Amino acid sequence: MVRFDKVTKAYGDFVVLRDLDLEVAANEKVSLIGPSGSGKTTVLRTLMTLEPIQGGVIQVDGEPLTHMQQGERLVPADARHKRRMRGKIGMVFQQFNLFPHMTALQNCIEAPISVLGLDRDEAVERARELLRLVGLGEKNDHYPSQLSGGQQQRVAIARALAMRPRVMLFDEVTSALDPEVVGEVLAVIRDVGREYNLTMLMVTHQMGFAREFSDRICFFSDGAIVEHGSPDEIFNNTRHERTQQFLRAVLAGQ
Amino acid sequence: MQRRRTGNAFYVCYLLLAIAFGAVFAFATDSLSYLPTLAEGALITVEITLMAAVLGVFMAFVSGLARLYAPWPLKWIAVAYIEIFRGTSALVQLFWLYFVLPQFGLELSALWAAVLGLGLHVGGYGAEIVRGTVAAVPRAQWEASTALNLAPLHALRRIILPQALAAMIPPWGNLTIELLKLTSLVSLITLADLTFRAQQINLATFRTVEVFTLMLVAYLILSLLLTLAIRWLDRHLALRFGRMA
Amino acid sequence: MNDIFDLNFAISILPSLGQAALVTIQMTVAGFLVALPVGLLLVCLRLYTAAPISYATIGVMEFLRSTPLLAQLFFMYFVFPLWGINISATMIGIIGLGLHYGAYYSEVFRGGIESVPRTQWEATTALNLSPSRAFLRIILPQALVPVVPAIGNYLIALFKETPILSAIAVAELMQRAKVIGADTFRYTEPITLTGIFFLVMSLLSATGVRWLERRMRKGTR
Repeated sequence: MVRFDKVTKAYGDFVVLRDLDLEVAANEKVSLIGPSGSGKTTVLRTLMTLEPIQGGVIQVDGEPLTHMQQGERLVPADARHKRRMRGKIGMVFQQFNLFPHMTALQNCIEAPISVLGLDRDEAVERARELLRLVGLGEKNDHYPSQLSGGQQQRVAIARALAMRPRVMLFDEVTSALDPEVVGEVLAVIRDVGREYNLTMLMVTHQMGFAREFSDRICFFSDGAIVEHGSPDEIFNNTRHERTQQFLRAVLAGQ
Repeated sequence: MQRRRTGNAFYVCYLLLAIAFGAVFAFATDSLSYLPTLAEGALITVEITLMAAVLGVFMAFVSGLARLYAPWPLKWIAVAYIEIFRGTSALVQLFWLYFVLPQFGLELSALWAAVLGLGLHVGGYGAEIVRGTVAAVPRAQWEASTALNLAPLHALRRIILPQALAAMIPPWGNLTIELLKLTSLVSLITLADLTFRAQQINLATFRTVEVFTLMLVAYLILSLLLTLAIRWLDRHLALRFGRMA
Repeated sequence: MNDIFDLNFAISILPSLGQAALVTIQMTVAGFLVALPVGLLLVCLRLYTAAPISYATIGVMEFLRSTPLLAQLFFMYFVFPLWGINISATMIGIIGLGLHYGAYYSEVFRGGIESVPRTQWEATTALNLSPSRAFLRIILPQALVPVVPAIGNYLIALFKETPILSAIAVAELMQRAKVIGADTFRYTEPITLTGIFFLVMSLLSATGVRWLERRMRKGTR
C-alpha cells in the first residue's frame, strides 16, 4: 500500500532521510519508534505531502505520490494528481490542530462537503456517526476550547476518518496529552483499527501500545531504519545494539 | 506605580460627560442654534468615514492577501500601492486627487476625491494589518487543511481568514478612529464636513470660542462612540468564534 | 494645458519647494522636541499620581488623540488671539504637533515603563534610591530602549502630518505648493513633487527605523 523507494529528504544541507526504503502492506499497522530527530515524523510528513522530497519515489496504492507516470518516465506530479493521491491519506497531529472557530461537528464536515462533494446532510450523518464512534456523541456542538486535550484529539481522529482515507498517519498523537487521557485516545485508535480496513502508520513513544497493537515495528535512528520486525522480534529478540539501547532507555521511563 | 485600566466603564462615563458638557455649554453660551448646522457637518463626517472605510477594507484585503499569496507581478503592484499610500501624506493625496487629476482631464467631485483619497490611504495601512494577522495564523492550521485535502483557496477562506479576522478587530478599530480624524482634512477641499461647518459658522457669527469648542466636543463624542462600538465588536466576535485555543 | 507634466517648470520650482521642505523638516523636529517632554509629563501624571489627577490625565490624552489635529489647530489659531495669546501660526503649529503627538508618545512611554520588570524597582528600593532618581536613572533608560522603533514610527507619522499646517498658513512645503499652484494655475508639478518628497523621505526613514531596530536588537542579545 505504501512504499518508499530510496527516498531522500533534506532541509538545506541537513539530510534527514537518506535513500530510505520502507514497505507497508495494505491494512498493516506499523509503529515507527526511535529517538527525536531520527526522521520518523519526517516519514509521515512527506507521505502527507506536507514536505517535498529531494530524491526517490513514494508510492501509495500502487501509484507514485508526488510523481506522475508519463510514458516511460516519472515526472513531478501536477496539482490535480497530488490532490487525488492526497485524498487517500489522512493524518492526526500531535497538537490536534482542530479549527478553533468551528464546532466538533463542523470540523468533521468541512472537508467532506468541500472536497468529497457530499451534501450537507450526508456529511453531518457521517460526522455524527464518527463522533459517536470516538465516544463524543454528546459533544457535537462544542468548540475545541470547550474540550479537553483527549477529547480534542478524538475529534481530530474523527475528522480525519470522515475523509475515508486508505492510509491513516498518527504523529505522536498522545505526546501532548495528560497521562490520564492517553488511554482513551489509544483505545479509540484500537477501535478504529479494528472497525475499518485501514493501513496505519504510527509514530509513537507508547511502547506498550506499539507492542500490543502493531503488526510491525520499525526502529529509526539517524534517518534510517535500523531494525524492523514483529513486536515479538523487536522487544524480545532485539538484534541491534542501538535498538536495545533505545528500548532500555524508553522502557525505563515508562 | 498605579495601573489605571480604561475599561468600557471609563469610555461610557467619558462619553456621557462629553455629551453633558456639550449640552450645558451650548445652553449656557446660547449657541444651541448652531447645533443643527454642526450636526449636518457631523453627518457628512460620518458618511465619509463609512464610505472610505468600506473602500479601505476592500483595498486592504485585496492588497494584503496579494502581498502574501499572489504571483510576483500582482504582489509587486500590491507592494507599490501599499508603500505609496502609506508613504505620502493623506492631505497631499487628497489635494492631488482634487487639484491635479482635473489637469489630466478627470474631474472628481470633492466627495469622490475625499472617499477615494481617504479610502486608498487607509487601505494601505489596513493591508499591513491584514498581512500581519493572516501570516500570524499558526502554520499548523494550514497543515491540518492539507491533511484534509482542502483546496488552498478554500482553506484560506474558511479556515485561515476567520481566525485572522478575530485578531484584526482591535488594530482595524484604531485605524477607523484615525480615519474619522482624517476626515477633517476634507474641509480643505471644500467638503461641508464638521470642521468646514464650524469655520462657516465662525465666519458668519464670530462666536469663535463657542463654535470651535462645540466642534471639538462633537469629534470627541463621535470618536468615543466609535471606540465603544469597536470594543463591543471585538468582544462579540471573540464569543462568536469561540475562544481561540 | 498641453503638457501633462512640464519637466522644465518642475525643475524651476525645485529651489522654492526645497526651501519650504526645509521648513517642513524644521517643523517636524520642533514638534518632535515638544512632543517628547509632553509625553513624559503625561505619562508621569498618569502613572504616579492620585486617582483624580490620573484619570483627568487619561481624559486629556484621550481628548488629544480622539480629536483631529486640524480641528485642534483651528481652535488654537482662531481662539488664542481672542484670549490675548498672540503667537505666530508657526508656534501654534509646533504646539499643536507637540500636544497631539505628546499624547501618543505618553502611551508609548507607558508601554515601555510597564515592561520594565518589578524587580528593577525592588532593587532601587533595596539600594535606598529616591523615587525620582530611581525613575530617571534606572527605570526610564530601560523603558526607552525597546520603544525606540515606536518613537521612530510616530516621528515619521508626525512628519507626514505637517502638510496640515498649511491650513493655518504655516510656510511649509504644502503651503508653498498651494501658493505656486494658485499663482501659476499649474497644480500638477508642485503637488506631485511634494508627494514624491514625502514618499522618498518616508521610505528612507522607514528603512532607517528598521535598521535602528535591528541594531538595537543585536545590542540587547
